[in-house]
Amino acid sequence: MRNTVKIIIFVIFFFIIGVFYISLTRETNYNTSSLINKEVPQFKIAYFDKNGFYTKQDLIKNNYTLINFWASWCGPCRIEHPILMKLSAENNLKILGINFKDKKELAGKFLKDLGNPYSFLLKDIEGKQSVSFGIYGIPESLLINNENIIIKKFVGPLSLDNYKEIKEMIN
Amino acid sequence: MLSNLGNSILFISAFLSISIIYLANKNLKTSNNLIVKNIYQLSLIQSTLIIVCFFTLIAAFVVSDFSLVTVYQNSHSMKPVFYKIAGTWGNHEGSLLLWVIILTIFSFLFLIYNKDHPKKFRLLTLIIQNILILGFLFFILFNSNPFSSLSPTPSEGLGLNPILQDPALAIHPPLLYIGFVGSSIYFSAAMASLIVNYSEKSFSSSIKNWVLISWCFQTLGILVGSVWAYYELGWGGFWFWDPVENASLLPWFAMTALLHSLIVFEKRNLFYFWVIILCLITFILSVTGTFLVRSGILNSVHTFASDPTRGVYILLFLSLMIFSSIYLLFKKYKKENYNLNQNSKETFILINNWFMMFYLITVLLGTIYPIFTDALTDNKISVGPPFYNAIIFPIVVIFLLFMAVGPKVKWIKNRFEDIKVYFLILAGSIILNILILVFIKSYSILSNFIIISALFLIISSLKDGVSAIQKNRIDLARIISHASFGFLVLFIGLNHIFSIERDYNIKVGETKNFENYSIKLEKLDLKDFPNYKAVIGTLEINNNFSSEKNILKPEIRIYDNPKTLTYEASIKTNLLKDYYLTMSNIDRSDYYNIKFQKKPLMIWIWISVVMIVIGGFLRLFKNAKYS
Repeated sequence: MRNTVKIIIFVIFFFIIGVFYISLTRETNYNTSSLINKEVPQFKIAYFDKNGFYTKQDLIKNNYTLINFWASWCGPCRIEHPILMKLSAENNLKILGINFKDKKELAGKFLKDLGNPYSFLLKDIEGKQSVSFGIYGIPESLLINNENIIIKKFVGPLSLDNYKEIKEMIN
Repeated sequence: MLSNLGNSILFISAFLSISIIYLANKNLKTSNNLIVKNIYQLSLIQSTLIIVCFFTLIAAFVVSDFSLVTVYQNSHSMKPVFYKIAGTWGNHEGSLLLWVIILTIFSFLFLIYNKDHPKKFRLLTLIIQNILILGFLFFILFNSNPFSSLSPTPSEGLGLNPILQDPALAIHPPLLYIGFVGSSIYFSAAMASLIVNYSEKSFSSSIKNWVLISWCFQTLGILVGSVWAYYELGWGGFWFWDPVENASLLPWFAMTALLHSLIVFEKRNLFYFWVIILCLITFILSVTGTFLVRSGILNSVHTFASDPTRGVYILLFLSLMIFSSIYLLFKKYKKENYNLNQNSKETFILINNWFMMFYLITVLLGTIYPIFTDALTDNKISVGPPFYNAIIFPIVVIFLLFMAVGPKVKWIKNRFEDIKVYFLILAGSIILNILILVFIKSYSILSNFIIISALFLIISSLKDGVSAIQKNRIDLARIISHASFGFLVLFIGLNHIFSIERDYNIKVGETKNFENYSIKLEKLDLKDFPNYKAVIGTLEINNNFSSEKNILKPEIRIYDNPKTLTYEASIKTNLLKDYYLTMSNIDRSDYYNIKFQKKPLMIWIWISVVMIVIGGFLRLFKNAKYS
């Protein structure tokens, strides 16, 4: 009896330490192709320049949402910016920008110079929140319907073809 | 230069630890009951050197020596001197040095203050403590070295996170470290006691003051952290069940249980193994907390920049500690027969320990469960306040009742002679609660129970105090701590019940009305300060009922180094209530979002905790006087 108790106690501690070790060494799986037709993960991200948070529940209010991950230091983001500006004119679509690992003043200057296409702008200074969306580089964009399902994922800068594709999908 | 000096001292200290272990081991084999002088000397030199080493690092922060990576990453030449100094322990590497200081000082003091105890026990405690010191010195030297140098030397540092530039936060880590790093000494003593079979009553006198010291400081550390969160984080709360807050609470539960079971051990020579287990888990929980905070597997306001190799090292260290303590405990464990009478002080203290273990397990599960689900099932979940509130608060009611009755129960066997008095006190508490209900505001059934049980504890403790004064046998320490704990629960309860919170978008000149209050945003000023700019709002809050008028000035601060926006709450405190106001800007509009909170009796929550600690210190002084 006493030996069983001892073994159980040892096993419990081994288990706990094992799990701690797994948590340390774990790499989040970045394969994102499986995201399509899946629901958006739960998230709560701080606004870029005001108090408060934008959450998954806020997404439902939009017909379609394009979540765009960007940063002022990212060259390709500059390239896709005119496409985002064009998309911002669409009535059926709201663009949610997530500013990724960026400096606030530089991001602000970027938008001042090139225009602000975003209906909502959030910040992910450490880049940790974006990981739960399966983002491994920027720019990336996710097109989401009003049931919070990811219907398309764009890796790299949006092109004119992507623009047409998005326009077709939302209308 | 400072880099070389610091590194040399660290290496010498490690060498001293090895020498102490060697000499102590050699001294173990001699037959007389004297510890050789060399060991005292080396131990004193070691503590002194580590303190010098820490001052070297402080000097590097003060003169902004950016050739050190730690200084470059956590300081800035424009920072006020006070925060330059506080920055020394506001980062991972520097704070580890503080760890080692406490380990060495406690090691030395334990050695010189326990001369009445067996030599073997003292030497083994010293050896185990020095193994811990060595472990941390290696960690510092080879993984987290505060004296790592940087070439070429940068001209300017990256700065300290502005929310950490706060007086409360400057003293929070040292207090907390004295608490949980201090528990290392009774971890070592417990291991030594197991090895040499030193299980007599007198073992308790070797550790009880150390338990008290660490408990007092741990409590103060938790308090200061809460105060900081309340004033600085701008959420208006003071406890968030954040995993890292929980990490400081876990050893506290174990210490509190230990503090009480030591009383039984000292008086009745019971619960020896239970005392040992509590000594071991207190420090194990402290290191577990350190692992959770430093390894980066948790996300929290406290997490230091994460680095997995750090986590692996601490985990390895933790595993060694856990398995060697379990191994030793199993090897030495003998079944103890407790012949406890149900109505005896022993039983009541045991019940206190069950409660503490219940809280400990609840909070531990809530803290590590998300890590488990994430690692094992890929599910990210978070355990928040609803879980803790639902499990902890109903149990508090019963806990408070036991806490009121327990101290009056006699050792070995008790006849409840004053049961009538308790019924009277209970009736009195219920009547007081009804008065609050009728004259102020009604609240939930659970809140009723909490208020009643808190009042019951307060009145019983005060009654004990009065009758003890009459008999001239007053145990002031216990009465103050217990009554203050009752007050703490009472004030938290009332604060929760009577808080008001309102959110508005408001522009200059506008007034908002609610309940008896009106709030007007009178003006906005832009001011320049040495290391930040601030938008300062002036808001007038009128209580139309009492025609009391208050001006609050919340700020939006724009810091330069690093460039950060912070929202400073404006808080007006008086004896009855706090007004708490935060303000934030709304993009592209002239409206500001304000959040107004009225928090009754806030200051009394802090005072209650301070009083609990004063009780602890009184007991410590009393112990010191009698020994």
